[in-house]
Amino acid sequence: MAIEVNGLVKTYGETRAVDGVDLHVAEGEVFALLGPNGAGKSTTVEILEGHRTLTAGTVRVLGMDPETGGRAYRERIGIVLQESAIEKELSVREAIDIYGALYPRRRHTGELIEIVGLEDKADSRIKTLSGGQKRRLELALGIVGDPELIFLDEPTTGFDPSARRQAWTVIDNLRSLGKTILLTTHYMDEAQALSDRVAVIRSGEIVAEGTPDTIGGRDDAATTIGFSLPSGTAPPGMGEVPQESGRFVLAVPEATKVLHRLTSWAIDQGIELGSLTVERPSLEDIYLELAAEDTDG
Amino acid sequence: MGEHNSSLSLVWQQVRYQNKIFWRTPVAAFFTIVFPLMFLLVFVTLFGNDLIGDVGVTTAQFYAPALAVFGAVSATYTNLAIGTAISRDEGILKRIRGTPVPPWIYMAGRVGSAVWVAFIAVVLMMGVGVIFFGVELYTAALPAAFVTFVIGVACFAALGLLLAAVAPSGDAAPAIANATLLPLAFISDIFIVPSDASPGWIATLASIFPLKHFAVAFADAFSPIEVASRDGWLDHFHWKEFGVMGLWLVGGAILAIRFFSWEPRGGERKRSARRRAKTAAQS
Repeated sequence: MAIEVNGLVKTYGETRAVDGVDLHVAEGEVFALLGPNGAGKSTTVEILEGHRTLTAGTVRVLGMDPETGGRAYRERIGIVLQESAIEKELSVREAIDIYGALYPRRRHTGELIEIVGLEDKADSRIKTLSGGQKRRLELALGIVGDPELIFLDEPTTGFDPSARRQAWTVIDNLRSLGKTILLTTHYMDEAQALSDRVAVIRSGEIVAEGTPDTIGGRDDAATTIGFSLPSGTAPPGMGEVPQESGRFVLAVPEATKVLHRLTSWAIDQGIELGSLTVERPSLEDIYLELAAEDTDG
Repeated sequence: MGEHNSSLSLVWQQVRYQNKIFWRTPVAAFFTIVFPLMFLLVFVTLFGNDLIGDVGVTTAQFYAPALAVFGAVSATYTNLAIGTAISRDEGILKRIRGTPVPPWIYMAGRVGSAVWVAFIAVVLMMGVGVIFFGVELYTAALPAAFVTFVIGVACFAALGLLLAAVAPSGDAAPAIANATLLPLAFISDIFIVPSDASPGWIATLASIFPLKHFAVAFADAFSPIEVASRDGWLDHFHWKEFGVMGLWLVGGAILAIRFFSWEPRGGERKRSARRRAKTAAQS
């Protein structure tokens, strides 16, 4: 196990920011921690990074205690924080050189600049970079020490779509190098695209955990079939079909049978099923459900 | 194991990188290096370079060492406080804390760079004084001047880090640094030549703080009258002044270590509020 967390609790005065979190991340796994702001995501990650002390529970990362691991621990991890500047007077190349010099094993500066796509800006001062470019430099600084484990706290917040794709490619490459990655993000497509497993944290507790495709019963959830028909027609034998703005919408557990009946009927009748869609619930649908259950209880 | 060597080379690396940043920050470089030189020029022009009544030295002979001390204090106290507080607020310190570099090495780099800048400010000031304004140096007192410099910058570096530790924000640090340093400079024999006419309580007040002790111990090494009144290089050492600065050094260092934080001020709550505002603005 790269990360082993049991019964982690962190309190600030009366507030229990993290309230009994268990987390197990295998070596080489990309694990995404999802949750609304203030749910305890960042606090959990910062405890693992060694930035914060824990109130109760046990934490082992790479077989070490982040709180006491010190230099030896930090030589093996890479951190991309959410909000932390880099000395703006330095150039991209200088920053990578200077931070790289802090690690015993380091990646080549030119190679890193290429990986994060900052070749054009290599000798520009950091203060002249755009937000997305700075974030990519931060990613480069996070991996300059060739870490075994990388913490990525909202790595692509504020990126434009093409920069995000580029960052995803970088992260995907890290995965293929066998690195373990702990990711937090607000973007469900990002979690879907990058992670092997995800966990949803809410009010300091993990409420669901699984692969992006199965979490929260996503694989068992009903399929939604949508289509529109000329007025006056209705598919037979399906009872009262709910309709949304002239469109039929069916949520069915066994989509194959229903689709077969529906399409056979349409072909027999010579009717076109307008704008036919068959949809699985997205990770975002499941996430919103899991994150929102708060208001019920 | 060469562990000692590698720590030293790490410190050296940090000093060089902090230095690079300093020289690329024109405001800091201007106020620390150019500003005191401008003062010297203004004072010598305004007052002429004749003997000043109460102290019996020329204007430049008085002001060059006094302003050298001011430059050294501005490099250590003011710059170190502002730079460190801003780095903390921007999250640079937190980023550093997540790397393998031991915290003390990073801090040693910052202090080392500030001391190096202070040294340049002093040498430049005295050099300009000697070359353009007839300032005289006295070999016998130079070791005392050097030791005074070392103790003085150590003291003000500790106080600068203390200020950074207690400043509520990076924005507040310059105001606090200047509000504490400038009034003190007026009563500590730096901007104004000491006069018998000024009330005694002013001198008493100033002698509580380390600035006057730094200024007096340093200036005496360049005063022909003071230098002539002592013999032997050790005799030029101002033990009482060293003692007061030493007390401030120890007290400042202890409190700075006690209150120092690598986290941006306001911690998590403030940051997540900023983040929410940002997310709201984006959507």
